[in-house]
Amino acid sequence: MSSAREGAGGREMHLVDYRNAAAIEQVPTRNGFGEGLIEAGTRDANVIAICADLAESTRMEGFKKAHPAQYIEIGVAEQLLVAMAAGLASAGKIPFIASYAMFNPGRSWEQVRTTMALNETNVKIAGAHAGVSVGPDGATHQAIEDIAIMRVIPHMAVVVPCDSVQTKKATLAVAERWGPAYLRFGREKSAVVTTEATPFEIGKAQTFREGRDVAVVACGILVYNALVAAEEVAREDGIECAVVNNHTIKPMDEAAIVGAARACGAVVTVEEHQRHGGMGSRVAEILAQRHPVPIEFVGVDDQFGQSGDPVELIEFYGMGTASIKEAIRRAHARKAGVSGADPDPRSARDSARDPFAEGS
Amino acid sequence: MQTLSPQRLTELRLKANDVRQGIIRSLEAAKSGHSAGSLDMADVFAVLYGYVMRHEPANPEMPERDRLLLSCGHIAPVRYSAMANFGYFPVEELLTLRKFGSRLQGHPERVRLPALESTSGPLGEGLAQGVGMALAAKMDGKSWRVYVVTSDAEHQCGLHWEAVMTAGKFALDNLTCIIDRNFIQIDGSTEDVMPLEPLGEKYRAFNWDVIECDGNDVASLVAAFDAAKRVAGRPQVIVANTVPGKGVSYMEGDYTWHGKPPNREQAEVALRELQTDRERILADV
Repeated sequence: MSSAREGAGGREMHLVDYRNAAAIEQVPTRNGFGEGLIEAGTRDANVIAICADLAESTRMEGFKKAHPAQYIEIGVAEQLLVAMAAGLASAGKIPFIASYAMFNPGRSWEQVRTTMALNETNVKIAGAHAGVSVGPDGATHQAIEDIAIMRVIPHMAVVVPCDSVQTKKATLAVAERWGPAYLRFGREKSAVVTTEATPFEIGKAQTFREGRDVAVVACGILVYNALVAAEEVAREDGIECAVVNNHTIKPMDEAAIVGAARACGAVVTVEEHQRHGGMGSRVAEILAQRHPVPIEFVGVDDQFGQSGDPVELIEFYGMGTASIKEAIRRAHARKAGVSGADPDPRSARDSARDPFAEGS
Repeated sequence: MQTLSPQRLTELRLKANDVRQGIIRSLEAAKSGHSAGSLDMADVFAVLYGYVMRHEPANPEMPERDRLLLSCGHIAPVRYSAMANFGYFPVEELLTLRKFGSRLQGHPERVRLPALESTSGPLGEGLAQGVGMALAAKMDGKSWRVYVVTSDAEHQCGLHWEAVMTAGKFALDNLTCIIDRNFIQIDGSTEDVMPLEPLGEKYRAFNWDVIECDGNDVASLVAAFDAAKRVAGRPQVIVANTVPGKGVSYMEGDYTWHGKPPNREQAEVALRELQTDRERILADV
């Protein structure tokens, strides 16, 4: 389970041996949400679940069966989902509200800001099917701006766990932590790298792999890709990466981010989200002020997704293992001051141009 | 059906008059804010705080209190003036309306003043929160009721109707929505901007009980709220027909007073008229 490259941090994390692909179990993160929610409802009868016509796919179905008196179905009404939950929270309930991230919080941003955050109500948004990995449904259903629109709201916690086991823990932690929160998870099966023994605390980033050359700061299901990429660049290039599971976008673990940047001198951020405004942007905000180092951003390049196979889309939009390795090498070269090593031009490019123009 | 003595009705009319005077003073001091809707809802708030609701101003977070939400937060001056005149805070505090550091924000913020029950201003959001509260009361077997004051124009918001549909589904008979039916909004008449009629029929179609009344007549309001409390198995809406700017002659019926305050001279005229009104109320006893 541990190796010479996996340092103290890695051992304390009690991870699955992610280097052995055959040993990796594939489970959707949403399953962890479903399990965590049932347990949260058992621990506290004030925990209620409100669903907008997606009980099965958001995995609220199990809660509905286990705690029917704590379950409310409201149909396709995502603005209501938030505002009504704020009312229930005002009267002492702890509502989890679920739909696809594209609509919850995608459709309800102003209700989230006013009735949840400004009004300081204890509502928990569960954003399912986030990212391009929702696949064949296409761009309309691929939430890749949600982290950005949630993290700018005062008081809002934003949590993006890395696998199904961690999503269960995150669901329980969000239920027990007072305050408005956004919990993001995905549809597809994804690698399980943590175990029951792996610790989890909101606001505490986790070093999953030790390394001194480049710090790879990742969240969500791409943490696994980051780990695989780190192993490959170690083998192929001799670059040793630290891999940080930065599951809490807000409040972000600033000490961990600054510590990783200081130790490694270069950072790569990895998220299934627009490069603009997401987890990587927050990392850059912190490091710009506290410890500037070269940063490369892995994420969607200011564009919309499309239908396709989840793995194919992750690769196409530049978030696959090969893209992460390229970003690591680029960050490493920039840190070393290698001539011609420039930041990835895609990160600096805005798509606010005529989309129908020739060659765009 | 008359449920209150003439003396009690007179007391409520005097309270409504106090509330109107507080609105004029606070808006004049604030130099901005919404006059017409605030004035026309003074009678509703006087009846709610003075007759309808279970509440204790000295104990604003009493668990068994009835909840009152102001969905159309821009008419906050009427809420604040009513709260002050019913003892939630000193009447002098009304002069801090919209000023830096005040609990009396331009639009209501519950965190600064918990008795407000909700944070409001963005329209169409109040009933949804009221539905959540009423449902929580039902889930917990509580007897407290929820009152949500709405403007007519916010019935143009989609979210409001999501809430109307939901209250019907859950048969929330502990929920009463009050509509300030004054027919005005910023750009003119509601029926020109985006017609709402037949408003009552719309609610009936969603399984609500519909009660119409004169929203500027205390006795009519008392009867309407009494009728609402008697309804079982359905949420109730009280369509309170009001005259915008009610109580101040030069504002009455003029939509241009929706979003502006009286200046010093206008406020003096308004307060003189309201004082005359007050003497008339007392003389009627």
